[in-house]
Amino acid sequence: MAFWIASSPHNHTQNETSALMRLVIYATIPGIFAQWYFFGWGNLIHIALAITTAIVAEFTVLSLRESPSHQHTIKKQIFDGSAVLTAVLIGISLPALAPWWISVIGAVFAIVVVKQLYGGLGYNLFNPAMAAYVMLLISFPLQMTSWQPPLELMNFDLGFTNSVYVIFTGFTTEGFSIEQLRVNVDGFTMATPLDTLKTNLTVGLTVGESMNNPVIGENFGIGWEWMNGAFLLGGLFLLAKKAIHWSIPFSFLASLFICSLIAFTISPDSSASTMFHWFNGACMLGAFFILTDPVSGATSIKGRIVFGALAGILVYIIRKFGGYPDAVAFSVLLCNMAGPLIDQYTRPRTYGHQVQNKSTGSNK
Amino acid sequence: MESIINRITRGHFWHFHGGIHPPQQKFLTKDKPIRNLPLPEQLILPIQQHIGQPGDLLVSVGDRVLKGQVLTKSKKPTNQSMVVPVHAPTSGIVTAIKNSVIAHPSGLSSLCIFIEPDGEDKWQERNICEYPELLTREQVIDKITSAGIAGMGGAGFPTHIKVNIQPEINYLIINAAECEPYITADDLLIREHSATILDGINILERLLTPHHILIGIEDNKPEAIKVLQQATADNPKIKVCVLPTKYPTGGEKQLIQVLTGQEVPSGVIPRKLGIVMQNIATCFAIADAVIFDTPLIRRVVTVSGQALDKPQNVWALLGTPINYLLEQCHYQNTGDTGQRNKSNVNANKHVIMGGPMMGFSLSTDQVPVVKITNCVLAPSKDEIPADNKEVECIRCGQCAEVCPAQLLPQELQWSAKAKDHQQLTKLNLADCIECGACAYVCPSQIPLVHYYRIAKAEMREQHVLHLQSEKAKTRFEARKVRLEKEKLARETKQKKAADARKAKMAENTPEASNAKSAVAAALARVKAKKAKAASLQPEEKLAEKATLEKDELQADKKSQVAAAIARAKAKKLAAKASASKLSDAETEAPTETSGEKPETDTPKVKTSETEASQAKASQTKASQPKEVIPKESVHKTNNYKKLKIAAAIAKAKAKKAQKLAEQNQSENSDELPQNKAETSLNEKAEAAQAKKIKDDEKAKRIAAAVAKAKAAKAKRQEQQNKQNQQEAE
Amino acid sequence: METFVANLTFALLAIAVLGGMSLLFGALLGYASVKFKVESDPLVEQLDQLLPQTQCGQCGYPGCKPYAQAVANGEAINKCAPGGDDTIKKIAELMGVEVEPLDENHEVDNSPKVAFIIEEDCIGCTKCIQACPVDAILGAAKQMHTIIIDECTGCDLCVEPCPVDCIEMIPIEKTTQNWQWDLNNIPVVQVD
Repeated sequence: MAFWIASSPHNHTQNETSALMRLVIYATIPGIFAQWYFFGWGNLIHIALAITTAIVAEFTVLSLRESPSHQHTIKKQIFDGSAVLTAVLIGISLPALAPWWISVIGAVFAIVVVKQLYGGLGYNLFNPAMAAYVMLLISFPLQMTSWQPPLELMNFDLGFTNSVYVIFTGFTTEGFSIEQLRVNVDGFTMATPLDTLKTNLTVGLTVGESMNNPVIGENFGIGWEWMNGAFLLGGLFLLAKKAIHWSIPFSFLASLFICSLIAFTISPDSSASTMFHWFNGACMLGAFFILTDPVSGATSIKGRIVFGALAGILVYIIRKFGGYPDAVAFSVLLCNMAGPLIDQYTRPRTYGHQVQNKSTGSNK
Repeated sequence: MESIINRITRGHFWHFHGGIHPPQQKFLTKDKPIRNLPLPEQLILPIQQHIGQPGDLLVSVGDRVLKGQVLTKSKKPTNQSMVVPVHAPTSGIVTAIKNSVIAHPSGLSSLCIFIEPDGEDKWQERNICEYPELLTREQVIDKITSAGIAGMGGAGFPTHIKVNIQPEINYLIINAAECEPYITADDLLIREHSATILDGINILERLLTPHHILIGIEDNKPEAIKVLQQATADNPKIKVCVLPTKYPTGGEKQLIQVLTGQEVPSGVIPRKLGIVMQNIATCFAIADAVIFDTPLIRRVVTVSGQALDKPQNVWALLGTPINYLLEQCHYQNTGDTGQRNKSNVNANKHVIMGGPMMGFSLSTDQVPVVKITNCVLAPSKDEIPADNKEVECIRCGQCAEVCPAQLLPQELQWSAKAKDHQQLTKLNLADCIECGACAYVCPSQIPLVHYYRIAKAEMREQHVLHLQSEKAKTRFEARKVRLEKEKLARETKQKKAADARKAKMAENTPEASNAKSAVAAALARVKAKKAKAASLQPEEKLAEKATLEKDELQADKKSQVAAAIARAKAKKLAAKASASKLSDAETEAPTETSGEKPETDTPKVKTSETEASQAKASQTKASQPKEVIPKESVHKTNNYKKLKIAAAIAKAKAKKAQKLAEQNQSENSDELPQNKAETSLNEKAEAAQAKKIKDDEKAKRIAAAVAKAKAAKAKRQEQQNKQNQQEAE
Repeated sequence: METFVANLTFALLAIAVLGGMSLLFGALLGYASVKFKVESDPLVEQLDQLLPQTQCGQCGYPGCKPYAQAVANGEAINKCAPGGDDTIKKIAELMGVEVEPLDENHEVDNSPKVAFIIEEDCIGCTKCIQACPVDAILGAAKQMHTIIIDECTGCDLCVEPCPVDCIEMIPIEKTTQNWQWDLNNIPVVQVD
């Protein structure tokens, strides 16, 4: 019999990358459920579409990249969960009733360009889902800003069939267009709470007045608050499972909180409250599911804290001063770019090396 | 400093960064006593089992050795040498001394002594020292040196160097952490032999005179802790430090950090901080050596793993092959065969020497137990799956979180794969202790440590190559300078000599004329001698000529060849002339330089003018008699050697000539190579003849050689003729 | 007209400002390039550093330094057989040119070797001593020669001059000291 030769260590923990990815996917379930409950079937349909497209795209690229003899590695890579997770994140972040090709283009772009063209799993500089989202937002601004109001504010009963019809044809079975669907009971075209706030502030209304908008409801936005709460729940689950590190969500939320608190204290009329920022838009999704993507983030704990804090500041700045109402995607991409630099300057001090030589860090 | 001790007394320790908690698996062996094994059939003792240099062999094949007899020894008697002797673990016969696979991850072979035990297990004479306190420091170190003790924790650093330290030692740390999973060898040793271990610690205390002795032990060994605490209760200097279980607490740097809060600076040995660390098994071996005069010939080995029916700690003699240990612990082969029928992938057997974190796979079970072997692990398929599921790094950073050296394993990994040695140095790869924590937690199952090892080996090699090339460069430059200098020196010397000569000529002083006439006289004398020699041995020459010519005729020679032979003969003549001259010259030598007898010699020259002209061909050679003379004298005194040399030259020349001839044939371009062949033939003839003159005893052999050479020549000539004919056709 | 004058003044002002700025920056840059000039080894020195210093002459130059000189003057970078592909890669990097495969004329086995003199056959002719570029051969006329392994660069220049062919090039043995953790090539003993 032959002897098996391997390098030490010979034993491993049994956790694998794919298991990690699966866990993250499971953790999105509460959020998706909340989304479904408040906004209908749209996002679920987009998630399904994006997953299918992502897997097909991943398979195509891998087949082109790998020789046919590596069939099993292709299979392993397709089902390592990273493509599916990307697709899920794209599906969640799209407006529920966006046309079908939005999610298809988004998924293809995320997988083919952002992930595989950069070298595949582990080599992408940018978070594929967010890069795809930003690409879509810039390329198709109309479709990407056609947010539908929460179901309870809608004139129409938007069932599963109607959602499918709107996504694939642009019209419901009764022939209503997406524009018509967006008009609420009172005859106003609806937007997201963040959008509403931004528009109101530009027309001279105070934050307090904006809060009376029906979209915002009793707290920070009908549906949105619950959705963010659900993602927070999922994120806490991941933290408990040690699938993600606390550093990024903590520093991100803390910096967003501090920024909004400072602004709110200085000028409460023109600045939304801290909790409004926390529970609106893609805040919790970003904090626990997107910024924590290890591939495109920083690695050391110190670096991650800096990374999260930077993202929080950027989100606040863009939300407050930028042209777009929500800013998670943009700030994630900006932070991704800063990631290697952050890593460079947050290298831990090696055991036995007393003073870290600053000059060695800077001349790379 | 007091506060450190206070902290330790309170049971508060520092922490090292990272660390992991792999499944302990110590239950397999921790409750069974250490077993004594019957003698194996063969013992294989590598002569190097430690860091440093191997000793010199003291035994040879067939020797009968007694138990404890020393087998290798250092050339230098000093205690400072890095040589650790090896001893016979039992009495028996040395059956072989040859290369065999050693306990090293490479599976390479090294010199081993094979001993066949005779079953008597007979000790050499031992002097049991009942009062080690009475021994002097030097005596104790001497005993440790000659007992062949090397660090038994894994690195195998010679102990006698580590205990022979003069500077003040603050802490003596006894490493009993045993943080690797599965291993319980130290645990059991403490439980069964705490008294001896304590003796060992006391000896170390006397040698090093530390201020404090700290025994670091993980809290997963409650029985051992209890035993140690009881044993050390009456020595206030010794503190048993119970540490939380975490891998790799047993690493030297980590244990120092946990116990004292100090970090050992990179590239500095702990001794510089006043800290010395010894493994607890080494303490036992020291006591054994100093008190019982027992060299290091056995150790406790944990034989564990779920592929064994009876995993247990055993007292294994050094040199015991692993297969014997496995056999004794009932290694299951049946389980494997059942699976093998299904798939061939599972037919592999996995045996690890050392623990699962830092041990290495063995390529054969003939590998012997050595001084650093603390564990032999035979895991089952489920325990340690033998497959590689490596996927790409996703930068999750878990490796950096567990790294006890606070490195960035994922960045190191990229640089290692890219062979970016500069970046690796910047990331402090050298500080990696290869504990394997990073690879253990890696969700992408990347064998990180393996990449680091390769990179380290490459960097080491590059470093060596760089040093070598630097050395080569300086040597090359030095040589160039030297050659240049020599050339210059030669030139100036020649110039000086020429100038001096010219000056003298020009001056026309009596001395100058004397010198001139001396030169002339010497030349004349040389000529005369030559002529005389030529006339003295004409018969022999003729006979020689005749035979040669006959050969040539027979072979239908061309005029070219004849010319060559003629030339060869001329050379021979010259050689003879100078040889005959030698006898004269020996007596004449002093007078020659004084240049007194030019007149007497001149007539001779005139009378033998005709003969002299015959020997014209050799004039050039003969005109430099001084150069010839020493050669000839060497010939005389060293006939046999010269003969050998000549033969060797002839052989080589023949080889070369043959090659050339072959080339000729194949290339069909004759002119130049042919000439070469000719010259080589001439040289050959010359060599052969030189031989003849010198030694009559060998004459026959030489004649045969000449004949052979001639035959070959003839043959070649024939072939050439044929070729020429063909070409003509 | 007034506007024209105003425009002209504006344009002239702009030109003056830009011109002034360009002068200023030019002066600054010039100063910086002199002041902060990075001292670097001459190219030949850097190239010489990369070469393996075997001094074997297989490139056609009498030693590594002359070849470095030649490369600096545009000689092909692929002539160093002992250095092999690694050295070519490094030279290409330094020179900023394409990596080329090793010159076919020099396609030799460049595994590390050292020369070894078969002592019984040595006649003490000193020819190899004269050939050795790094003085790694020890010996005198009529005395047996031997090679200092540590100094030998494995250039094999001593092999050719030996009249009795008593010099061999032997590959350097793999030991535990220079082993490269090549786990895949461990000779695994088949037991059954």
